[in-house]
Amino acid sequence: MYSQALDQRDEHPDERLPDELEARFEARVAAEEKVEPNDWMPDAYRRTLVRQISQHAHSEIIGMQPEGNWITRAPSLRRKAILLAKVQDEAGHGLYLYAAAETLGTSREQLVDALLDGSAKYSSIFNYPTLTWADIGAIGWLVDGAAIMNQIPLCRCSYGPYARAMVRICKEESFHQRQGFEIMTTLSRGTDAQRAMAQDALNRWWWPSLMMFGPHDTESVHGDTSMRWKIKRFSNDELRQKFVDVTVPQADFLGLTVPDPALRHNAETGHYEFGEPDWDEFRAVLRGEGPCNSQRLAHRRRAHDDGAWVREAAAAHAEKQAPLLVDHGQSGAQRRRVAQVSP
Amino acid sequence: MINAAGGRDQWPLWEVFLRSRNGLHHQHVGSVHAVDAEMAVENARDVYTRRGEAVSIWVVPSASIVASDPADKDELFEPALTKIYRHPTFYEVPDGVANI
Repeated sequence: MYSQALDQRDEHPDERLPDELEARFEARVAAEEKVEPNDWMPDAYRRTLVRQISQHAHSEIIGMQPEGNWITRAPSLRRKAILLAKVQDEAGHGLYLYAAAETLGTSREQLVDALLDGSAKYSSIFNYPTLTWADIGAIGWLVDGAAIMNQIPLCRCSYGPYARAMVRICKEESFHQRQGFEIMTTLSRGTDAQRAMAQDALNRWWWPSLMMFGPHDTESVHGDTSMRWKIKRFSNDELRQKFVDVTVPQADFLGLTVPDPALRHNAETGHYEFGEPDWDEFRAVLRGEGPCNSQRLAHRRRAHDDGAWVREAAAAHAEKQAPLLVDHGQSGAQRRRVAQVSP
Repeated sequence: MINAAGGRDQWPLWEVFLRSRNGLHHQHVGSVHAVDAEMAVENARDVYTRRGEAVSIWVVPSASIVASDPADKDELFEPALTKIYRHPTFYEVPDGVANI
């Protein structure tokens, strides 16, 4: 259950020693038992999850912007309806994840404030611009494809509320990838100009998509403990390899060229060998120096500020209604009548 | 929500239950923040039923839910564990006896 109300600290302090608690926790996680909000957990486990789940939630929310950019210019009503539904899904995914993070004892306001004041991170990929319609295809195909690769193992994450949110997200995510691939298929079977547009989108999104899996395992800060705690199931490099292995044949099908001169299939291992992403670029984007970092945050802040009067009005309305409901309302119909006649 | 002291209050949390089809019971799916019950139902619809997952929604203030403590599960559920004769598989049905 996602409920914070159930997440109260025990009034009777646990008399067991922390060492013993920690050993029991490690044993439970090792035995693939799920950890739930009320269970004892090491502070570092809690912090790691709050960081990871909230970054994930922020990514979903910021991720609405690059695609939202094309809703009014989608090439047909069908494409427009699909893109609207996809962007709405991203909002929903953000909300599932915020709810999961809140079970760890943080509040929605704290999470949102951390995003708005720039102290929280989100996925580097959303700091790249969507320059053409083909970018919407490339995002669905590559970015959502990479996200699915990351997210499917998270459905088995040791923290129950996160795992359950991921199951729901993964169910919805596969439509996202397919609609992107459909756009790429249509463009790659179209005119020369359309094919060139699809190739250009692949050229620009390929490397940032590979960076989505994070730094090499040798440089990953959080890897080992997250693996032991079964928050993470596969390493960054393992997931990146999987992604390349499934995606290159799809590019071949489209008749597009992956922009990596080092790419080749190794018949012995059955895997693709590929070149190095530009890690300096990756670090720069994380530092806030990507092409769209400031634009994305400024837009989110503006949307948040523009919505302030709606939140205040809703709160004022609820406060005004509350005493009336206690005095009069029994049935829903009566309540609505009371609401209508109230000043 | 701005409170009297000028600080921000958290909007109340509501637990969301969906009935997926007529004839089935409501099941917990997650939670939403909302100022009142009406907004909670609307938010629950937007967040949890984008693909026709429900024919009915319940929202319940999270603070109204009383829950057992997982740490007490051994004592709380012990009476059921020792009464294996409550399961039909406890009984031996002689060979040749049908419809039982």
